[in-house]
Amino acid sequence: MSVAQKYGALAAGAGKRWEERAQKPLLLVGTATCGRAAGALEILRCLREEVGRRGLEAEVIEVGCMGHCYAEPLVVVAKPGWPAICYGYVTEGIAARLVEDFLLNDDPCLEFVLAALEPNDLVPSFADFPRSRYEHKMVLARCGLIDPEDITHYIATGGYAALARVLEMAPEEVIALIKASGLRGRGGAGFPTGVKWEACRSAPGNPKYVICNADEGDPGAFMDRTLLESNPHAVLEGLIIAAYAVGASQGYVYVRAEYPLAVERVRTALEQAREQGLLGRDVLGSGFSFDVELFQGSGAFVCGEETALIASMEGNPGLPRHRPPFPVHAGLHEKPTVVNNVKTLAYVPLIVGQGWEWFTGVGTSRSPGTAVFALAGKIVNTGLAEVPMGTTLRQLVYEVGSGVPKGKKFKAVQIGGPSGGCLPAELLDMPVDFDSLTAAGAMMGSGGMVILDEDDCMVEMARFFLDFTQKESCGKCTFCRLGTRHMLDILTRITKGQGRPEDLDLLQALAEDVKAGSLCGLGKTAPNPVLSTLRYFREEYEAHIKERRCPALMCQDLIAYYIVLERCERSCNACVGSCPVEAIYTTPDMLKAIDQEKCVKCGSCVDACPPQYRAVIKVSPPEVVAKKAEG
Amino acid sequence: MAWETEEQIVERTAEVLAEYDSDRTKLIPILQRIQESLGYIPGRAMLEVAGRLGIPAVDVYGVATFYNQFRLHPPGRHQIKVCMGTACHMKGGNIILDHWERRLDIRVGQTTPDREFGLERVACVGCCTLAPVTVVDDTVHGKMTPTKVDGLLFAFGLARREGEAP
Repeated sequence: MSVAQKYGALAAGAGKRWEERAQKPLLLVGTATCGRAAGALEILRCLREEVGRRGLEAEVIEVGCMGHCYAEPLVVVAKPGWPAICYGYVTEGIAARLVEDFLLNDDPCLEFVLAALEPNDLVPSFADFPRSRYEHKMVLARCGLIDPEDITHYIATGGYAALARVLEMAPEEVIALIKASGLRGRGGAGFPTGVKWEACRSAPGNPKYVICNADEGDPGAFMDRTLLESNPHAVLEGLIIAAYAVGASQGYVYVRAEYPLAVERVRTALEQAREQGLLGRDVLGSGFSFDVELFQGSGAFVCGEETALIASMEGNPGLPRHRPPFPVHAGLHEKPTVVNNVKTLAYVPLIVGQGWEWFTGVGTSRSPGTAVFALAGKIVNTGLAEVPMGTTLRQLVYEVGSGVPKGKKFKAVQIGGPSGGCLPAELLDMPVDFDSLTAAGAMMGSGGMVILDEDDCMVEMARFFLDFTQKESCGKCTFCRLGTRHMLDILTRITKGQGRPEDLDLLQALAEDVKAGSLCGLGKTAPNPVLSTLRYFREEYEAHIKERRCPALMCQDLIAYYIVLERCERSCNACVGSCPVEAIYTTPDMLKAIDQEKCVKCGSCVDACPPQYRAVIKVSPPEVVAKKAEG
Repeated sequence: MAWETEEQIVERTAEVLAEYDSDRTKLIPILQRIQESLGYIPGRAMLEVAGRLGIPAVDVYGVATFYNQFRLHPPGRHQIKVCMGTACHMKGGNIILDHWERRLDIRVGQTTPDREFGLERVACVGCCTLAPVTVVDDTVHGKMTPTKVDGLLFAFGLARREGEAP
């Protein structure tokens, strides 16, 4: 049997199951980590109980994440004869009503609807959301709609067709196709994937290896996790194609151990792919043999760097080494090795399936395709967004993310995690692609995007990232090991109000030295958060140093909490009850006051004070309180 | 929870080692399995691993201390991981961590003397949309507040008292 026939048989079987399933009502529950944290497992249990109790012919399925994380837990109800409708903020009560009212009695509970999946005459769909004008889903298209633990769902929606096609092409043709598409590595650096594959293919040495890098260590990024939890087969298919193209017989998926669910779902995906003959000896009868092993990373940020990742797979501490030689020439066990990011691999089957012209038709000429961003921080629509490269930051923040919540003022967007930088409001019209971001002093990074508002202190932000990189520095290069330490000490001093006027120049000089004197990406980019905040928010640094004042009222040593007596209601004891350290007391004339010695500055009293009074305020510098008390 | 005796540690380590070949590249998976089995990696277990793989004990120690995942001290019965990723930090993760420290009366990285609770910080658990996040055992708790910390501890106290009741 030829490859096409074998695949045809697989697809037919999967398609049949898919058809049969569509005959009965389906309830899809998003149980990726984000959904689980919001209580999706309780919803799942509740739906199964309700369906079981009534003996309904409905299937309750776990799916991944659709990217609308702000509305978790999400449930999609697909009932024959109705459009598939997505419900947000589902509680157990709503879940019970969906079964009772919708499945049994044809009332779609319009009050809980988030949107329908496809345009229809009954309810507004996701296409009617303003953000859909900017979104363009490629790798996220199937996420949240198929069962990640059932390979037939992936195959029935066209999965592994690209692999079947590739196996009948020459490896050189595959490489040429990826080169033509201009696909650039989505791990952050943006190196052309086709070029990497070609170099590995032509490198002498056997066996060759391919590694999927899912060591997503950037705090604030969760695209790779979502992708692996929602559609692991897409990544796996990309990995198999990569192996075929470069001539590798063994592959690895390197996943962080901090992502237990992703580990589990990849493991299941590997088993199922093996059962279906998509992995192992003689893939689809093509004569090509390839298998994949799962490796769990042990929590070292530096292991996202490819040479450190390889060192850790060999059982050593993850220290990066000098490049060249590049891993494509001497990687794992000194053999030619391709290391590709999760998203990069997920694009591969799509490009093979739909052609490179389709891919280059989206995005910009130098950065074709889409970019996946994880929106977090002070933004209304937290979650995942996939937009064409070249979309502006403003469109991302305001149209896709619906802006900053609570009417606060946008201050900056932090892109690229600890290696990236903070970009201010003036740069909001900048297009997002690899080259523009680097020019502005940030970095594409893996795509984490944290939105900051007026309550966020940029000095503290820089300190936070440096604290992170300083801890994660492996210690190999002196500049990175000692330089980041010194920079951190200076920044910590500034946030405590002990900064000196000469500190800013010293920081700048140190930052440039660390950049120049470090071997790997960690050290080369660690000063970025400091440099970009110094460049765009210098006045905040100066306020800390000269006035001992934190303009954003965030640095704990520079603020104090204060109760405005004129606004205090007096007989309400909300603040007293909320204080975890009993620092708020009532004076004999029923006034409330904060014992500044005891106060731990947790802010509970601000949240507790009823909104009609807003009597608890933050002030900076803390001496203001003493002055107010005097007069 | 009783402390493991030295014999138990050796025995459990041998069980793990039996699953693997004597292959240096398996060092990290082996340590991960030992931690799964014992909850941490005791010094004695490291010596056993080094002997079996035929490498210096310092190499095993080097790897065990390089990676954040490995714990060299016994964890609590309930392990509390406070997320200190970017989003959690901006939304007050340090306040949550402070509060756990205050309530449990231990510092981050320590375990309460009765080995009931262990407290650690993690870089990012990838639930940034629910910041600030704390992971207690394997359950993710989002949108944490100091009051929620108190609530969780209260629930553990209740469960414990129920368990002790005859």
